[in-house]
Amino acid sequence: MRMRDYVIRRLLLLIPVLLGVTLIAFTLSHVIGDPVAAYVTEKTPDWQVEQIKRAHHLDQPLYVQYFYYLADLLRGDWGLSRAANDRPVIEVIGEFFPATLELTTVAIAFSLALGIPFGIISAVRKDKPVDHGTRVFALTGVSMPIFWLGLLLQYIFFYEFKVAGLPSLPSGSRVDEFVILEHPLQRITGLYLVDSLLTGNTVVFFDSLTHLIMPGFCLSYVTLALIMRMMRSSMLEVLRQDYITLARSKGLSERVVIYKHALKNAMIPTVTVTGLAFGGLLAGAVLTETVFSWPGVGRWSTSAILRTDFAAIMGFTILVAVVYVTVNLVVDVLYAALDPRIRYG
Amino acid sequence: MPDVLLSIRGLSTYFYTYAGVVKALDGVDLEIYKGETLGLVGETGCGKSVTALSIMRLVPNPPGRIVSGQILFEGGDLLEKSEEEMRKIRGAKISMVFQDPMTYINPVLTIGDQISEVILLHQDLRKEVLAMKIEELRRKLEKVDPTSGTARDFKSKIEELEKKKIDAPKPSKSDVKKAALKKTIENLKLVRMPYPDRVVKQYPHELSGGMRQRAMIAMALSCGPSLLIADEATTALDVTIQAQILQLLNELKKEIGASILIITHDLGIVAEMCDRVGVMYAGVVVEYTGTKALFKKPLHPYTQGLLRSIPKLHKEMERLEIIPGSVPNLIYPPPGCRFHPRCPYVMEICKKERPAMFKPEEGHFVACYLYGQRGN
Amino acid sequence: MRRTISQHGGFQARISRLREDMKPQMKELGFTIYLLRQSPLVVIGFGLTTAFILMAILAPSIAPYGPEERLPYEAQQPPSWKHLLGTDAYGGDILSRIIWASRIDLSMAMTVVVIAVMMGAVIGAVSGFLGGKVDETMMRITDVFLAFPALILAMVIAAALGRNLNNLTIALTIVWWPPYARIIRGTVLSEREKLYVEAARAVGAGTRRIIFRHVLPNSIYPLLVNATLDLGGVILTAAGLSFIGFGAGAGVAEWGLMVADGRNYLYSSPWIVTFPGLAILLSSLALNLVGDGLRDVLDPRLRR
Repeated sequence: MRMRDYVIRRLLLLIPVLLGVTLIAFTLSHVIGDPVAAYVTEKTPDWQVEQIKRAHHLDQPLYVQYFYYLADLLRGDWGLSRAANDRPVIEVIGEFFPATLELTTVAIAFSLALGIPFGIISAVRKDKPVDHGTRVFALTGVSMPIFWLGLLLQYIFFYEFKVAGLPSLPSGSRVDEFVILEHPLQRITGLYLVDSLLTGNTVVFFDSLTHLIMPGFCLSYVTLALIMRMMRSSMLEVLRQDYITLARSKGLSERVVIYKHALKNAMIPTVTVTGLAFGGLLAGAVLTETVFSWPGVGRWSTSAILRTDFAAIMGFTILVAVVYVTVNLVVDVLYAALDPRIRYG
Repeated sequence: MPDVLLSIRGLSTYFYTYAGVVKALDGVDLEIYKGETLGLVGETGCGKSVTALSIMRLVPNPPGRIVSGQILFEGGDLLEKSEEEMRKIRGAKISMVFQDPMTYINPVLTIGDQISEVILLHQDLRKEVLAMKIEELRRKLEKVDPTSGTARDFKSKIEELEKKKIDAPKPSKSDVKKAALKKTIENLKLVRMPYPDRVVKQYPHELSGGMRQRAMIAMALSCGPSLLIADEATTALDVTIQAQILQLLNELKKEIGASILIITHDLGIVAEMCDRVGVMYAGVVVEYTGTKALFKKPLHPYTQGLLRSIPKLHKEMERLEIIPGSVPNLIYPPPGCRFHPRCPYVMEICKKERPAMFKPEEGHFVACYLYGQRGN
Repeated sequence: MRRTISQHGGFQARISRLREDMKPQMKELGFTIYLLRQSPLVVIGFGLTTAFILMAILAPSIAPYGPEERLPYEAQQPPSWKHLLGTDAYGGDILSRIIWASRIDLSMAMTVVVIAVMMGAVIGAVSGFLGGKVDETMMRITDVFLAFPALILAMVIAAALGRNLNNLTIALTIVWWPPYARIIRGTVLSEREKLYVEAARAVGAGTRRIIFRHVLPNSIYPLLVNATLDLGGVILTAAGLSFIGFGAGAGVAEWGLMVADGRNYLYSSPWIVTFPGLAILLSSLALNLVGDGLRDVLDPRLRR
């Protein structure tokens, strides 16, 4: 069985999982309170509430309701979000999700770009100063309260820098309001970096970039530490294996032994850890977005929960699950690409 | 006097562990002649594998270290060479086949890749690439009408390339890879691998144990080494496969003209494969001589005990013979001769000083005071 | 068959039986401590952890001010001899509040992890040992929990229950037990096939005895490591949730909440945010160092 079949098989397995998630959201809405709350606002007059109830078939038996609930989801009617000024949830997600996606992607890119090389170096030069430094850094990473780091970063790079007259990083939001007024950004994907590149809007591109640095780094910190540690420990594990002795006995240079023979094997557990760390990234996004006033899904979910915003809670529950499951799929596919033993069977 | 290929003198390798210093090798002396198959035999833990790793200088650095000695090979001392010089030797002049083909082959790389890399590393394939190109052109030539203009083009190209044979130009990477692949397949055929074209693209887990071992042998032989070390190369295999691999090694002995160092605990393999044998006990070589001589007339009490303990089919026995006592702890080895606590002929001097290698007969060396006195 | 001393019942006999069983384990323990002493980082971790625990226990004696004590005339003061770490926006002494808060955060972490481990261990062991339908259902349930990031799930539960510290503890416990169930189940599954279980059965041991007396003790090591590391994790998550507003009620001395309170004064009085956050970092770091050290030392492959 080749890669293609493997991917198809995994995609098909996605469907029942997604159905399960919708079922959970559905049950949630019935357990927490009145499901109609997702589709109405405080301003909706009572008579209209009845109408809406019937329109969403909420007077019918449960299994019928579930069917229509699924239909609604697929149609794009996910209810109205109180926490976002009663806008349709689907619209809110469409606006907030790209922001979170952009932030998370920058964070992951950062973690991988720094984490993997440092993990390798740390393993190869075990117990030397580089190793100790990396390990200490990694340790602070998993012990770091992200929200505190964010505030500290803001204090140093925004406030102190400004006071000292140095160019400072912006303290929040995705772009400077004035910049965006003067150079309006055409919205294609919702990802500012991508859109600005596609439309040649260099001013906005650099502005969004500077806005991404601090929150991106802040969010990446924990994952960076995890990847560093995982790479180090799996590299150490791999370097002890018999096939490394054989590789050396062939006269291969240490460089080839590490980067060709060891690395591919060591990446396997690292890929798994990255996938698992993704959950931490989502959690971290909630905190980071709050600190940096980032208009993303994390911040929205917090206010939604605080205000018992039904539609929002259901909406982002499904969203989180979908994203999580997709990430797991990607991880599994990468796993199969790295380890030929998985593909066959 | 036969030519000596590799000479080990006074090799000592220690392992520094939490529990103490394990003196795994304590003054090993051994010589391997050109073109011969030397067996190194002994119980588990006597230091055979450590000897092999020490020759290759692959002893894991913490906690092991080669403490003293000389390994003379091709006019130089291997223990004095730089790491870079050793790398040129490993895989090319001295190569090793290991015990367990399951764990010793990298699971994420193809067999072809793992053999080709040795070839690509140690060999300059310019001539091969050139030969390949000429071959290709010749094949194209056959398909074309010999009187046509294209044929003339081909012929002139071939002449051009033939002239270049003396000073072949640097070939492109992809050409080199193709040449290496060709050689890899040749090597696989050499080790009698079934369906070599397919195997080249396969991963280790897709092959059987015997095939994997053949692949390892192919890796070791690909650059025509002068010494091949087989460290328990058949121990992890089924008996029938073992026999096949041994037969393969026997055939290859003649075909490739390399010396083979066979490390094993199995006296049967020694009897079948080796010209000469060295017996190791607790980190030292206690006896070495020709195989026939060893079996016919073992001199060292340990060897005698070993041979006695093999159950014999032609004699009636009630109990199996054993060597009383057990292998010493190498952190605190016994003083003097390491075998003395278990030796039926032990003398006072055995407990105090280690015996040197004595030569009671031509070509037969024993480290035992029964055959000489100190100072001889 | 004559009964030997150790086969008699009674307290004395049981102690001597325990000692006989313990001897090889004592040797292992000695080796463990030796290895632990080798790494300076681990020693620091142990030291810090002890310091924090002592701080929590001795809080009433060492904190200069009370946890809710407010001195409105001395609000927003930078660190000085009177207030070693400064005061916050309402005049509370930050050093004292940090010391008082250690009681809350550390005890919450302990409670959550201990209960989560016990719950997870029992559920996981039973599930793994019995197998079949029980196992399947249990695993589906844990899957649901594992499908969500811890913080978010805890957030939802805490909000549903009501936002105070006790509910936060409950929420965190609910979120934290599934991974342990998984770990224990895995270990039990592999141990179950081992021969000593069959041997125990042959001697007549019942299922419960086998699980508790034989299988579980062998699964302790990964548990111990994870539990220690999780202590740090719970502290971080609890602080994070308090920061957003899901935990401690206003005014309570809790590290995360103190950081949230100081947020508005970040630029004018940065110490309000810095020191409580530092406390979170250090306590979590200390526990992680210990957990890491334990993991490196207890890994059976590394010990040889």
